Amino acid sequence: MKANYGYLDGSGEFFITIDTDLCIECTDHGCVDACPLGLFEIIVDDYDDDVAAIKEEHRKKLKYDCAPCKPVSDRPPLPCVEACAPGAVTHSW
Amino acid sequence: MSENTAEFWRWKEYNWHDETVDPRDGEIISAGVDVGSVSSQAVVMIDGKLYAYSNMRTGSDSPDSARKAMNWALENTGLALDDIHYTVGTGYGRVNVPFADRAITEIACHARGGNLMYGPTVRTILDMGGQDCKAIHCDERGKVTNLLMNDKCAAGTGRGMEVFADLLAVSIEEVGDLSLDVEEEPPPVSSTCVVFAKSEASSLLREGWSKKRVLAAYCSAMAHRVVSLLDRIGMEKDFAITGGIAKNKGVVTRLERELKLTSMKSEYDTQIAGAIGAALFARALVEKQRKKVAK
Ligand code: SF4
Ligand code: SF4
Repeated sequence: MKANYGYLDGSGEFFITIDTDLCIECTDHGCVDACPLGLFEIIVDDYDDDVAAIKEEHRKKLKYDCAPCKPVSDRPPLPCVEACAPGAVTHSW
Repeated sequence: MSENTAEFWRWKEYNWHDETVDPRDGEIISAGVDVGSVSSQAVVMIDGKLYAYSNMRTGSDSPDSARKAMNWALENTGLALDDIHYTVGTGYGRVNVPFADRAITEIACHARGGNLMYGPTVRTILDMGGQDCKAIHCDERGKVTNLLMNDKCAAGTGRGMEVFADLLAVSIEEVGDLSLDVEEEPPPVSSTCVVFAKSEASSLLREGWSKKRVLAAYCSAMAHRVVSLLDRIGMEKDFAITGGIAKNKGVVTRLERELKLTSMKSEYDTQIAGAIGAALFARALVEKQRKKVAK
């Protein structure tokens, strides 16, 4: 399942997408430790699988929470994307 | 000076049960309770078939709303809460359904409910609920494959529409039809943010726009806004709308126009999709438990 966490408002679209089918086989859950703000957590989803999710309290302010990882110029790879070996994490902005 | 205290936002609450069915003939009695931010629904199913339901406004206390919705669904059925084998709570207040055996998100429940209501070909479900909007893509079994939820503001939601109905002193149940009764489609209001749209609507009324024209502009803005959500999850032509706004022809017609698609229709009440899905999950969980015991 592709779970899109985030929002769309007058200033744009701010979504982190997690392909949770890839989380099912993932054992190291690298995303959780890689995010300096601790946005990721592992949850048991509705189909009883352990998958990554963005914590509720961050979902409506991703634009601001992720800003330090996204400087305007010389943007380094995002820690959460880099740490996810299966390639489950993508950002819309 | 007399004050107009009519509650234009207030929609009709109701309950129903199938009088032709004897619930005691069934093997599994399952229930789903969807406690949303604006409305609550309880559904009782006998062996996976809809038997009874209620739809009412959510009060200030979620457990109390869940209890009331359930009691109302069971009214005159001869069934009591104890007769139900398994109950799943869903919706915003899902963890506050005191008699539920499990809580499952409304996203999974809408997909499962939509699968029953519209058939296994349905792939894209738009749930326009009380305070959020969810775009769901699902497979032929009603399992979610892609989801997106926008709950940052009340724009494009039932609550936003209620605020508008009150502002224009138009019954919420007439908003859709009235909005379609315009000679020419006006441009959408520039903002769907309820606060800004309210002040924009007030100035349009002052400029001489009719209420119908303002409603048309708001319905159009709501439709336009959700199209971008649907674009993100990938639209497929077997597309259905659930939730209260699905009953608003003004929004649905404009959405269909923008998408160049006709949404699927169902004999079921669109507002009970989540509760139906929850009751179907409940049934599957009873079956799973029974299989485990039989092993
Ligand atoms: S590292 Fe990637 S695949 Fe593993 S749990 Fe996190 S998001 Fe899922
Ligand atoms: S971009 Fe940075 S802050 Fe945002 S989720 Fe990824 S690691 Fe965390």
